[in-house]
Amino acid sequence: MHKNVVFQHRWLPYLLIAPQLLIVLAFFYWPALQAVWQSFLLQDAFGLSTTFVGFENYVELIRQPEYFGAVIRTFVFSALIAGSSLSFALLLAVMADKPLSGSTVYRTLLIWPYAVAPAVAGVLWIFMLHPSLGMVARGLRALGLDWNPLLNGNHAMILVVLAAAWKQISYNFLFFLAGLQSIPKSVLEAAAIDGAGPMRRFWTVTFPLLTPTIFFLIVVNIVYAFFDTFGIIDAMTGGGPAKATETLVYKVYLDGLLGGNLGSSAAQSVLLMMMVIVLTAIQFRYVERKVTY
Amino acid sequence: MANVTLRNVRKTYPGGFEAIKGIDVAVGDGQFCVLVGPSGCGKSTLLRMVAGLETISSGEIEIGERVVNTIEPADRDIAMVFQNYALYPHMTVYNNMAYGLRNRGMPKPEIEQRVREAARILEIEALLDRKPRQLSGGQRQRVAMGRAIVRQPKVFLFDEPLSNLDAKLRIAMRVEIRKLQRRLATTSIYVTHDQLEAMTLADILVVMNGGVVEQIGSPLEVYHRPATTFVASFIGAPPMNLIALEGSELRRQLGDHGDATTLGIRPEDLTLTSGDAGDGGLALKLRVDAVERVGPESFVYGRPGDHQGEAEIIVRVAGEHTPALGEHVLAVASRAKLHLFGRDGRRLEP
Ligand SMILES: Nc1ncnc2c1ncn2[C@@H]1O[C@H](COP(=O)(O)OP(=O)(O)OP(=O)(O)O)[C@@H](O)[C@H]1O
Ligand SMILES: [Mg+2]
Repeated sequence: MHKNVVFQHRWLPYLLIAPQLLIVLAFFYWPALQAVWQSFLLQDAFGLSTTFVGFENYVELIRQPEYFGAVIRTFVFSALIAGSSLSFALLLAVMADKPLSGSTVYRTLLIWPYAVAPAVAGVLWIFMLHPSLGMVARGLRALGLDWNPLLNGNHAMILVVLAAAWKQISYNFLFFLAGLQSIPKSVLEAAAIDGAGPMRRFWTVTFPLLTPTIFFLIVVNIVYAFFDTFGIIDAMTGGGPAKATETLVYKVYLDGLLGGNLGSSAAQSVLLMMMVIVLTAIQFRYVERKVTY
Repeated sequence: MANVTLRNVRKTYPGGFEAIKGIDVAVGDGQFCVLVGPSGCGKSTLLRMVAGLETISSGEIEIGERVVNTIEPADRDIAMVFQNYALYPHMTVYNNMAYGLRNRGMPKPEIEQRVREAARILEIEALLDRKPRQLSGGQRQRVAMGRAIVRQPKVFLFDEPLSNLDAKLRIAMRVEIRKLQRRLATTSIYVTHDQLEAMTLADILVVMNGGVVEQIGSPLEVYHRPATTFVASFIGAPPMNLIALEGSELRRQLGDHGDATTLGIRPEDLTLTSGDAGDGGLALKLRVDAVERVGPESFVYGRPGDHQGEAEIIVRVAGEHTPALGEHVLAVASRAKLHLFGRDGRRLEP
């Protein structure tokens, strides 16, 4: 079936996409090209002279154990966020899918966190988990746990993951709810008649039918954890303590803006860009095939 | 093998709507029971209550001498074929059929043997490795049937299983379902709103309307002696002619007709003639409005006399020789073929 619209005027289509194209060119391709160019340059310590150094910035980066550490850290960070926010959102969606009265209120409440700005979310969690101010921290301490995200790197990581995952739950929840509602009720009824209890029904019917949604959300969540968590990290830990929460994006910022190492920072952003391209490509290929079952 | 007995079964939905208003039905072992009625009369609701997918508000449902009111669907030993087939989209045809057996912990070789046997009966052996989306509507229907029969349950439940098929396939599958049911001798309850499907499949026909049973009986019993005007107009195509006796000159012709307010005559029980009725029968003067020829038979539509207000009468005529439009004809019926109904719509025993 063809849905092509035939334009009378030859230039009209180009005119129509021009504004969008201009914006993308000005705000994405131009800075991206600049970053690529920048990554081949080396500035001296005072920013007075620049020399073209080819791939030296990249080589330097890969030799750096710190960079490798940040890569690993970012992967762990992303996996933790995707894992925790996806599983929790799925749990909530399964509960919200039941035809209960008041479920609309419940659903609306669950969607709200998505509207909270990252930095605000960060501050919110800091208040709860701050070693001396937070009430949750006090509770943990009472349980004999020496909770201190200001000093303990793992604790800081948990804190950032909590805040970042929490923000993403609403989004995941919405997609899971839509996914659950697109499963015909009669299929689950057939499974019930076929002798599958609620748990077995979930794992053998509901879950497999949700795999397209799950896969889509994994990619979205990883992209989110890679790039959109800057605000949260900046507000909560600033990458610390001792780089424990310094992800790749945050390192770009630290090295470039604070450290003044523009060449290395640019090389890092180019590598990050390539990762997004790979992730997006995976997603597109998958979306094209659409279903696994 | 089992009986299914419904005793004063009622269903009130959470909103307060009473969908089933006290129904008693007894289906004997191995019988094919068809629930038929117009859309929204509660057929699916009743079937789903037997399956255990809807709670029973009051009354009792018994399957094989066991009250099942509070028993889970899985433990009722029933299998259901849904209108949309409800196949598991992510499983192959084989796994669709094997799923219920695996859930019950049946050993693998036996599962394999049962699935192959069912596939052979339904002629879907070549499709076992396909996913449901790779099947045509008719093939999906067969797989849904297969999923029901591998379980060898006590009771089959069907909710309009043929309504998504084209007319020709529907007739073919109808015959097959009947043959299969005879062969397996499994008690079955079948929901449809198609009266022809109901007539051809049923051992016992349950005609429902508005949450109550209008009549229970064998298809021919229901056809020949409809218990209410509703059944009279619902079963049979074209439907029975129902004529209000109030103020009609037919009153005189009928003579003693008790408290009857409505007269029913099947289209095939009317004969077009030039003579008169004789033997205390009935004669209707009709002006021909329309004629439908369908090959072996024709339907003549006419209005009695000049009364434009009166209901249209349908006469079934064999062959293609029919009166012309606008012609005045006489339709006669013998006394024995008349159905009389009282003010409440119930049949008056002649
Ligand atoms: N979950 C529900 N809540 C409230 N009312 C319902 C519900 N399900 C069905 N009903 C109502 O109960 C009545 C019977 O519905 P049911 O589905 O049993 O009809 P049906 O005879 O199967 O009709 P059809 O031939 O259209 O399938 C309808 O009036 C319907 O609106
Ligand atoms: Mg129905």
